[in-house]
Amino acid sequence: MSSDLTFKSIAELAVLLEAKKLSSVELTQATIARTKAVEARVKAFNSFDETDALAQAAASDARRTAGQARGPLEGIPVGLKDVISVAGQPLTASSKMLVNFVSPYDATVTRKLKHAGAVLWGRLNLDEFAMGSSTENSAFHTTRNPWDLTRVPGGSSGGSAAALAAGEASMTLGSDTGGSIRQPAALCGVVGFKPSYGLISRYGLIAFASSLDQIGPFTRTVEDAAITLSVIAGHDPLDSTSFKTELPDYRAELGRRNGPWRLGIPKEYFGEGLDPEVAAAVQAAVEHYKKLGCEIKEVSLPHTKYCLDTYYIIATAEASSNLARYDGIRYGHRSKDAKDAIDIYFKSRAEGFGAEVKRRIILGTYVLSSGYYDAYYLRAQKVRTLIRQDFLNAYKEVDALLTPTTPTPAFKIGEKADPLAMYLCDVYTIGVNLAGLPGLSLPCGFSKSGLPIGLQVIGQPFKEAELLSIARAYEQAHDWHLRHPNLL
Amino acid sequence: MSDLTDLNIDRVANLARLALTPEEKTKFAAQLGDVLLHIEQLGKVDVTGVEPTAHAFPIYNVWADDVAQAGLPVEAALQNAPAQRNHMIAVPKVIE
Repeated sequence: MSSDLTFKSIAELAVLLEAKKLSSVELTQATIARTKAVEARVKAFNSFDETDALAQAAASDARRTAGQARGPLEGIPVGLKDVISVAGQPLTASSKMLVNFVSPYDATVTRKLKHAGAVLWGRLNLDEFAMGSSTENSAFHTTRNPWDLTRVPGGSSGGSAAALAAGEASMTLGSDTGGSIRQPAALCGVVGFKPSYGLISRYGLIAFASSLDQIGPFTRTVEDAAITLSVIAGHDPLDSTSFKTELPDYRAELGRRNGPWRLGIPKEYFGEGLDPEVAAAVQAAVEHYKKLGCEIKEVSLPHTKYCLDTYYIIATAEASSNLARYDGIRYGHRSKDAKDAIDIYFKSRAEGFGAEVKRRIILGTYVLSSGYYDAYYLRAQKVRTLIRQDFLNAYKEVDALLTPTTPTPAFKIGEKADPLAMYLCDVYTIGVNLAGLPGLSLPCGFSKSGLPIGLQVIGQPFKEAELLSIARAYEQAHDWHLRHPNLL
Repeated sequence: MSDLTDLNIDRVANLARLALTPEEKTKFAAQLGDVLLHIEQLGKVDVTGVEPTAHAFPIYNVWADDVAQAGLPVEAALQNAPAQRNHMIAVPKVIE
């Protein structure tokens, strides 16, 4: 099987599978072969199980033969970020804390993917507990950018982005707390989609910052993102923050919406620190929308400069609370050197967590501690209200916003040793999480040195169908998404 | 906003039940000092009369019907326990 097969979209593969020109076993074998050929250099996976994947593929082919195929994801190999539970499979969060953990149950998205007939293929690397923007914080290894192996794939869902870009899966899932899907998608040249907060159940997702976390897909095309969303979205009684809303057939909606749209360009996203090549690529995308007849309007999100600080207070506060569960008692790493029960807490956490996780727990504990709560955490929650209001005000005039996804293309491994410099990578993506909006990154060009550049489209709450249609209007007229890294 | 020198790393690490080495304490205190310096600018925002946002969309208490449902079997619930005995998690003695 050629690697061409592993670079096809879900929509294309579904046609071949349906016509019986291709079996899921053949496709899965091609995916395994491609993974074996490139993985030593890309290092996107924490683990995979060939035998299990081939058994799932054979079961999928049997369903199809029996006339019981379950839709467009039937027989498609998909990879999961290693924070999403699959019953009986390892779940590490790329942390020493969970190195031997095995999930006792399926996440809701896992259950839905299984129900849709997808072949679950591998556990993908990330920054430990999804804290980081490069996968360099993984306790196991750093994933490489398939376009330049000396550079990072972005993070925290770097394994999910790199595996898809390198042809090691046909779709992958990640999670996005401050840009952890969109930023690596931009850096690896694929589509990355974070839907509205609450649209996809977080049940079975390892919690980082619960008011910001959202699961979403990495795909080769916007259409594939729509296909995947229809499978994994929906209210779930097991996630009390999951939202009850009407779910359209997102793929069908793509064909029904042609604009023209009113698109806002937030001026605060084009200032200092934006790489000129990224600015030029995004500007060219804006021109394309103008040619399509869209009304382009400059808008202002005046509290943008406070997003980063607000985010690092709220996210670390929630993380310090969520990660209190890793105490060495019920599951996870337990220190062998503890002298008593309380000492188990101190030493297990010291041994199990890496530096960035410890830093964030310290910061989060500090901003929540007595005497500082009002000055930091409560104030950040109030600024969050203002940030959200900025977006809602803009949406009185426009249907969606266009911005760069990241300030620069992929940076070198080891380049950003200072935590604050790393935090600034997320400057264009975190506002979307604070406001709970849907955001999508899609390829919009390459730098002169051959690195992908991402365009971010930010939509209105729960108007995913419109957001996807806007993104697709650009994608249909360009072929950036059809380029693949040459790893062989 | 608070004075930066207030980040007492020993106190906070104790609250977080996290043992830090002397090197980690020095390094984190300096790095978090930089982060807190950046965060200071939030003090400039006028938040008079602004309600805090806990979630991006208004979510209130969600009630489930009080109906017993099957949970994880004991073996599955304990399969990741670092130490177990008689279907219980084993820990060192807490009370002398």
